[in-house]
Amino acid sequence: MKSKTLFDRIWDSHVVSTIENGPEILYIDRHLIHEVTSPQAFHGLKSRKTGVLRPERTVATPDHNVPTADQHLPISDELSRYQVAKLEKNCKEHNITMYGLNHPFHGIVHVIGPELGLTQPGMTIVCGDSHTSTHGAFGSVAFGIGTSEVEMVLATQCVMQPKPKTMRITVDGEIGAGVTAKDIILYIISQLTTSGGTGYFVEYAGSAIRNLSMEARMTICNMSIEMGARGGLIAPDEITFEYIMGREYAPKGEDFKNAVEKWKKLRTDDDAEFDKEYTFKAENIEPMITFGTNPGMGMSIDSEVPALEMIEPENRDSFLKSQKYMGIEPGTSLLGKKIDYVFVGSCTNGRIEDLRMFTAFVKGKVKSADVTVWIVPGSKQVENQAREEGLIDILTESGFQFRQPGCSACLAMNDDKVPEGKYSVSTSNRNFEGRQGPGARTMLVSPVTAAAAAITGKISDPRDFLAK
Amino acid sequence: MAKEKFISEESGCIPLNIENVDTDQIIPARFLKATTRDGFGENLFRDWRYDRKNEPVKEFVLNRPEVKGKILVTGKNFGSGSSREHAAWAIYDYGFRVVVSSFFADIFKNNALNNGLLPVQVSQDFLEKLFVLLEDDKTTRVKVDLEEQTISVPSTGMNQHFGISSYKKECMLNGYDDIDYLLNIKDEVLDFEKRRSLW
Repeated sequence: MKSKTLFDRIWDSHVVSTIENGPEILYIDRHLIHEVTSPQAFHGLKSRKTGVLRPERTVATPDHNVPTADQHLPISDELSRYQVAKLEKNCKEHNITMYGLNHPFHGIVHVIGPELGLTQPGMTIVCGDSHTSTHGAFGSVAFGIGTSEVEMVLATQCVMQPKPKTMRITVDGEIGAGVTAKDIILYIISQLTTSGGTGYFVEYAGSAIRNLSMEARMTICNMSIEMGARGGLIAPDEITFEYIMGREYAPKGEDFKNAVEKWKKLRTDDDAEFDKEYTFKAENIEPMITFGTNPGMGMSIDSEVPALEMIEPENRDSFLKSQKYMGIEPGTSLLGKKIDYVFVGSCTNGRIEDLRMFTAFVKGKVKSADVTVWIVPGSKQVENQAREEGLIDILTESGFQFRQPGCSACLAMNDDKVPEGKYSVSTSNRNFEGRQGPGARTMLVSPVTAAAAAITGKISDPRDFLAK
Repeated sequence: MAKEKFISEESGCIPLNIENVDTDQIIPARFLKATTRDGFGENLFRDWRYDRKNEPVKEFVLNRPEVKGKILVTGKNFGSGSSREHAAWAIYDYGFRVVVSSFFADIFKNNALNNGLLPVQVSQDFLEKLFVLLEDDKTTRVKVDLEEQTISVPSTGMNQHFGISSYKKECMLNGYDDIDYLLNIKDEVLDFEKRRSLW
């Protein structure tokens, strides 16, 4: 039998049929939906007079649009309230399980999937959201789809997709103090650029990846889309199985043991070939920060923004446009730059481990008076765990406010908007123009670097604190 | 459900010579609260088209009355970022039928094709020459022929072949819809569920 990559192995086993010179018809094991990209799909079903083929394979939660304070009250924004109500109505009508606001399982769709055990190795998982790649951390083929495809999955449990090419990114070695999974992925994207992965599905490998926790692996896979890749995945191992064990939707008892035996087979054959390979050394990765308006424009926090001469002539216009938007002078250092907002949360860095990192850093220190800080847990479960572990108490003592779960300032669909011209140091995934509010200036960092900024009110190298 | 057919298009072009145009620029997230597919064109490129006081930005290409057309010509890596199909809806709703670039983000390309909006991928060289032509003469017309898979500038004879899968081409030419296709082979899906074996 021909040797296969992990991606091929999972993909090929889900192909229902192939259209000649066209896409493949791929069976979907798990479908996650939210309020923003699903209403038109349900409307489409109605127009076609068809229903949902496998409602038990779809799970819903409202996350993009929800407020992160006073969730016990009706949503004050009329359109948001309507969109969330529409999701609830559609789910009820089609027998789809939905975890609404205030439900103990509510949260960001890519945080609750894994924490409920909905995400399992070997599955195909889709959602009308590009950060569906997060679920690849469990050795599943997970990717974002458009609303027409959401309708396809609801109606037929399949999507039509051309099969992507394969890429392996190996990171070997050990990361240094103050360096996190977020820095690893920001580093990779800075090397490959925002389109370097387009057309590919990425497998992350190497000792630096193997040593990561599930939360950290999710952070890595989450941002695969930021280099254009359709998704990213990591072969499952003991760390994966241990994470899944006992979760709500995970197989139990004998079934779990049997599942693990099967999951262990999910790996890339030693002699399998990838269409493209990159290798990086973990030792070369430092705390990262972005200085521009796409996630590929990142650098080590202690280096300087490239000078104009360092940019290829044909890219200079775009570069200058982006630096003008950011109010950042090419060729300068960002260290010591005053900032206005810090956002900790999102499907990239809104899990318990991220909150632990942030809290450990700020413990015994005081929030800078000049900075507004939003700490938004990825889910109700994360919120409750943070409370049980005493994190919220520590944060409160240091002057921080803890909010309620949702996508929040990652895309600023709710009230959590950064005002025009203000600088936001953010643990989210995109620094596009206006992403955190019209005119907002976003710099992407890890939770540790965000913590350093929240304490000092400036861009600061977290390692300066660790040494003391 | 039958969709609008796309056979060919000849029209003026709107040049947007910016690289890495992401879906947050095409349609900002705050406009994604609608539950229907209509009306997104109004907010296409919203934050480039209008200033913070909601006044049209005069220099922005969509606000220049002399620039007209159904073909959007953009810099490389168009449509990166979010999977929001609203980006394709907004471009289509505004009146575009073709987007020309030297490189498209994957999800955007799929979304465009699923909505009768033809993404035409040309070489970087062709794109740069096209931008120069459009800079010199705003009324330059471009012809896109899906049957022949060619894009050409009739006034200069410049032309290039573009790729598209033969399945998607059939769909666009005939206004076929993927979901209809899938619904018609539902028995195959049910059969797959029965026979499927794990990796």
